Amino acid sequence: MISIKNVNKSFGAHHVLTDVSLEVPKSNVVALIGPSGAGKSTLIRTINALEPIDNGEITVDGISIHDKKTDINKARLNIGFVFQSFNLFPFLTALENVTISPMKVKGLSKEAAEKRGKELLISLGLGDKFDAYPSRLSGGQQQRVAIARALAMDPQVMLFDEPTSALDPEMVTEVLDAIRKLAKDGMTMVVVTHEMGFAKEICDEIVFMAEGKIVERAAPDKFFTNPDTQRAQDFLSKVLNH
Amino acid sequence: MIYDWSVIPRNMDVFIDGAIKTLEISLLAILIAIPIGVIFGLGRVSKNKIIRLIASIYVEVIRGVPLLVLLMWIYFVLGQYFKLGSYWGAINALAIFAGAFIAEIVRTGIQAVPKGQMEAARSLGMSHTKAMTHIILPQAFRRVLPPLASQFIMLIKDSSLVSVIAATDLTLNAKNLVATSFRSIEVWTFVALIYFIMTFSLSLIIRYFEKRLLKSEA
Repeated sequence: MISIKNVNKSFGAHHVLTDVSLEVPKSNVVALIGPSGAGKSTLIRTINALEPIDNGEITVDGISIHDKKTDINKARLNIGFVFQSFNLFPFLTALENVTISPMKVKGLSKEAAEKRGKELLISLGLGDKFDAYPSRLSGGQQQRVAIARALAMDPQVMLFDEPTSALDPEMVTEVLDAIRKLAKDGMTMVVVTHEMGFAKEICDEIVFMAEGKIVERAAPDKFFTNPDTQRAQDFLSKVLNH
Repeated sequence: MIYDWSVIPRNMDVFIDGAIKTLEISLLAILIAIPIGVIFGLGRVSKNKIIRLIASIYVEVIRGVPLLVLLMWIYFVLGQYFKLGSYWGAINALAIFAGAFIAEIVRTGIQAVPKGQMEAARSLGMSHTKAMTHIILPQAFRRVLPPLASQFIMLIKDSSLVSVIAATDLTLNAKNLVATSFRSIEVWTFVALIYFIMTFSLSLIIRYFEKRLLKSEA
């Protein structure tokens, strides 16, 4: 579903992604983990071309994302993206946040967009928040609205860039539950996360990055109990022993 | 010095006529200045270098020329080539002048919207134009209401300069009245009061809209 081939990217002299290749089959969930500055966020942002690449190729559902001939607006309809800082539209209600793109981009009628939007918000436990503005919602609620907003475009792929990092601890669970549910429904997902327990539980594969490179790829059980590389062992000993 | 305030009620029609002309010129100038300001404000943040350059030149040149000189220039120089007349000459000069300042206000408003808003809109499949129209500009507009209000008030006051190209307005009517009645103190005091009433009413109206707009997000 997602195919990343030999992607390189640098900011000036600083190499943020070095020869990164990764395949994510349909319905698989991949966690990107690693120390900060490893290039995880940059990598996930290249998958929907929020971040340009220097060379290499990324395809999603067979469509080459960084090809100049590709209509990127159309390609992005297939790729939901959830940000660390939610990025909800503050002047729109929760429901309007979810319906604006289906209406303005897909040309859905207000009725159709609202019907679908309400279904999504209800399924994410936000049935009583249709008319609430983002400033009136908790972080966890805002992030669930952001997930509903992305799902409203009916994407085949969902990308999560540290979806729980900006949340108070007690709100992490509700957002992880929402992602867990998507995994169960067979959504193809890439998640940048620091929630190791969560990664272990729902992911099909762990991709460990450091210094702009993929250092290790493994099944969760293997990775968390017996990683091959010293770099991954060092990282795990730091994040798991506290 | 003996004041004779009776000159005011006796010539009320002259004041009212002048005030209406001033409001008319200001309103038309604002209506033209807003699209100019939005277009050039967008131009200032465009990805296209040439568009950015053109917008910058417009803003810098107009900001750097006194309104009085701009009025004269448009009336006498452009007037050679286009049939403007003092009325439309005055409106266009005011609009072009205010447009440059509104462009700067629009630019700062757009740049004050967090980058994540554009990214979120784009990641939902919106084109750059759609994201600007539906997501960025509505937020920029809310942010720039106060400076925009100041700009409108300034424009009403600046419109008093149009009398130099013989466009009829409150100030020109007052000048003529002083010339015939010799009651400069009374007339100019009353004119100042009328300008203040017009600008202060506008202030109140804009404040009301601002409150209504912002209430929803508080």
